[in-house]
Parts: sequence; C-alpha cells; structure tokens
Amino acid sequence: MSLDIQKIRNDFPILNQQIYKKPLVYFDNGATTQKPQVVIDEEVKIYSKENSNIHRGVHYLSEQLTQRYEDARKVVQKFINAEHDHEVVFTSGTTESINTIAYSFGEKYISEGDEIIISTLEHHANIVPWQMLCQRKNAKLKVIPINEKGELILDEYEKLLSPKTKIVAVNQVSNALGTVNDVKRIIDLAHQNNIPVLVDGAQSVQHEKVDVQELDCDFFVFSGHKLYGPNGTGILYGKEKFLNEMPPYMTGGEMIKKVTFEETTFNELPFKFEAGTPNYVSAIGLATAIEYIENLGLENIAAYEKELLEYGTEKLGSIEGLRIIGTADNKVSVISFNLENIHHYDAGMVIDKMGIAVRTGHHCAEPLMDRFNIEGTIRASFSFYNTKEEIDKLYDAILTVKQMFS
Amino acid sequence: MTFNEQQDEIIEEFSIFEDWMDKYNYLIELSKDLPEIDPKYKTQEYLIEGCQSKVWLFADMDGDAIKFYADSDAIITKGIAALLVRVLSGQKPLEILNNELYFLDKIGLQQNLSPTRSNGLLAMVKQMKLYAMAYNAKMNK
Repeated sequence: MSLDIQKIRNDFPILNQQIYKKPLVYFDNGATTQKPQVVIDEEVKIYSKENSNIHRGVHYLSEQLTQRYEDARKVVQKFINAEHDHEVVFTSGTTESINTIAYSFGEKYISEGDEIIISTLEHHANIVPWQMLCQRKNAKLKVIPINEKGELILDEYEKLLSPKTKIVAVNQVSNALGTVNDVKRIIDLAHQNNIPVLVDGAQSVQHEKVDVQELDCDFFVFSGHKLYGPNGTGILYGKEKFLNEMPPYMTGGEMIKKVTFEETTFNELPFKFEAGTPNYVSAIGLATAIEYIENLGLENIAAYEKELLEYGTEKLGSIEGLRIIGTADNKVSVISFNLENIHHYDAGMVIDKMGIAVRTGHHCAEPLMDRFNIEGTIRASFSFYNTKEEIDKLYDAILTVKQMFS
Repeated sequence: MTFNEQQDEIIEEFSIFEDWMDKYNYLIELSKDLPEIDPKYKTQEYLIEGCQSKVWLFADMDGDAIKFYADSDAIITKGIAALLVRVLSGQKPLEILNNELYFLDKIGLQQNLSPTRSNGLLAMVKQMKLYAMAYNAKMNK
C-alpha cells in the first residue's frame, strides 16, 4: 500500500502555514516531529473532560483515567513487542530514560575498574550519563570507532568486549548522520559474553518496526515527541530481571509500597521507576500517536521515507561543493551535509528565510563532529509527510546560499 | 558620532531593505569591511564560543575611547559583529555603559541576540560591556 501524502499532510495542522511568506517546509524531524490532529485533540479532550490524578483516587474520573494510562502502557508494550507491560516505564524522554538506567544499573552492577562501551555515534545524552557514572565508580568508558562512511567498525567493537565490560549502550540510528547500526549483531556479540545492552531508539522507532524480544536487547529507550506524540514523554523498556534488581532512580509518591521514618519499601514494577505524578495526559497522547502511525503502517512509512532519502541524496549530492557527512549503506531519511567554504550557520540562516526548517550545528554529538574534523553540519531530516517537491525547494535554497556566499 | 547617532544611522541604512535576502547580502558586505583582527588576538583567550558560530573580541584604549576588534568564523555573525563594533568602538566607556542598544531590534536582528541562538553575539555584547566597565574603573582610579 502506498501512502496518500496529501491526505496525511492534512492531518498535521502546523504544516499548512506560511513562514516568511513562503509555505513551511519542515525538515527538522530529527529534532522533533509534528503532531497529528488526533493527538492534539486527545490532550484537549482529557483536560476538558477526563482529567484527574491517577492511581490514587477511588472516584470515577481517577479510575477511568488510571485505566486509560495503563491501556496506553499496553499500546507501547505491543508497539515494541515487550513481553510484559510492567517492563514499560513512562519517563519524560530518552534523556531521562538513559539517566535512570545509568544511575540505577550503575548503583547495582558497576564497580571500580569496570568498563562501559558506547560508540562514536552517540548523542550527548548517551555519553554524559555514562561519563558521570564512570567518575562516580572509577570505571572506564570505551568507545566503538567508526569508518569514513559513519558506520560502526564492529571488528573493533569485538576487541573492546572483555570480562571487565558491564554494559554496552549504543543508538540504533545516529541522530546526526542517520546511520542505522546493526544492533542485533552488537547485542549477540555482547550476550555471548553475558553483557547486557541498552539500545537508544530515539531516532529509530519512528522509521522502522522495532521488536525488543527479537533484538533481545536488555534496555530500549525512546522519546514520544520524535514519534509524533506529545512533548515530555519517553519510554524506558527494561527486562524484568534487571528492573527488579536495580534500585529506583528517583523517589517520592506512587513508587513506594510503605513508608515509615525508619524504612521504605518500594512498589512493584513499573511503578518503582515512576516517582511522582506521571505525565499521564501525554502518555495517553503518545498511545494515540502510536496508533496513528501503526494505522499508516511502519513498513509503508519506511518505504516512502527511503524514496525521499534516495531522491534527496541524489538531488543534493549533485550540487558542486556539497559534501554529505554520513554515507552509510543503511540509513534512515536524514541527510547531513556541509558546503565548501560556507559556514553551516550562514547557510542555515539563509535557508530559514526561505521558509525551510533545517538544523545546523553539532547536533549534540560533538565527539562525532570531532571525528570528522568539522564544527557542525546542516541536517535535513525527512518524515513521511514531506515531499520530493519540498526537497526541490531545499535544493534551490542551497543554490541561493552558494551564490550569496561565493 | 555619538553612540545613538551611530545606531540611528544603521537603522536608516537598513530601512531601505524590503526582504531578508537584501539584509543578509548587506551583512555579508559589512563583514568584508570589518578591519582584520590581529591574528595574535584570534586565540582561545579572546574566543567567545557559541554553539553555532565563534566570535573573537579584543579591546584596547585609544585616548579616552575604547577600540573594539572582532572577527567570526560565520559571515552573517561577522556582519552583525561589524555593526556592533561600528556603534561601540570609539566611544567612551561611560557612553557604552549608559546607553541602550536598540538598533538590532529596530532592524529586525534582535533574534540573533537571543540566548538560545548561541552564535556568540549575546556573549560578545556582554563582553564589550565588561571591557567598558573595566576601563571605566581604571580611568577613575
């Protein structure tokens, strides 16, 4: 089935507007995706008619909304094919998910001299929490290198694995380059050595079907707002065994079973990791977003976005002096590039004034930029609501940039 | 020219531009006119690092006025830096401290000084005022 893009675009009210008197071209989907009307309506409906704090009240509204929140958890469980719904923890986003794991896993399993493996492709959110953990525990961070195309060198990864390795944390898709990593292979190799693996899926779940049981990853994290869902939502999936053994990260209401001034016993999963009033409105909105994209079909989305990527790579690649950073064999619809002798910030400023939203800078992946010996890139990240005509507009805008700064 | 006369002159110059491309093209021109900063000041010590672009700023005293020298790795940032130098350089420290910078807002470039833009320009303005404070204190000793 092919997607009816014009019909889909009508589902996203924000797309239908002019910026600087030009139709908006939104190519900053890697930073956040826009929201379909059904998601916006869901949140409005909850605040208008259903709002009440969950899990606590015995009254009608509270019970109803508690049920909807737990149903949303089941939608996420099904979406990533987790074995149990209590392995799905709602967080504020990928950053909180990783910080939670780095802290809780670290408290339980990391001690002096241990090693943690990450990769050169990581976002700062999957570097710094591990760095802090290493400082606290006197452990060591090891980094999987990449080749010139922006692909992980798995032979080098194998050499890094050792009896000292306690966890591997890698992204499934690079936010800055769009590289799709062979996480299945990374997990298999780690598991041969009994090492658990965290997969950062912030840039993958919106592009392709993820099955955490098939991958056999031990942790999987992602954000709702990059998946056409509301801001301030995220998911921490963890295998039951680990989540049971790990101590909680934040403490407070909801996550406790019994408190005296002497001692506290913690609630069971997943509540142990959901301290305080959760963002239940947005969690339900996230479930609505997941249902929306499942209705479109992730296979259809992947096929269409691949078309956009191929078209964009060829079209933009034909521009003289344009260098695409990240040319992996397997990529999602992200094109990161630089223009010869033109600062990415200058280019971004001008492209913006053509009504086109792209991202410029280091994309919170400074070590990766250092690897390529660049300060940053211009990144266009496409979604299923984008079109080839929009890519043509970006092409024209780049020609204008070249003319202005030559 | 006084601080505000400089600002008003820039506002006048920009008033003829009808769209953004004209403004940017003018900023590109201005960036070329900005006097070269002595390479010995284009070092880490004088670097104001933004997330998006870098700015180098150096100041010294010429009689009772401050002279500013600036550079940037991005051309539009450099063009705006040239405007800031034009308004602030050659002024007495007290003039810099007592006058409001309003021209960027009037010519539609205020967004370039927003804290989230992090192109180094906001930090550059702060640094220029710090230089003015330091020289003012020195003069009153």
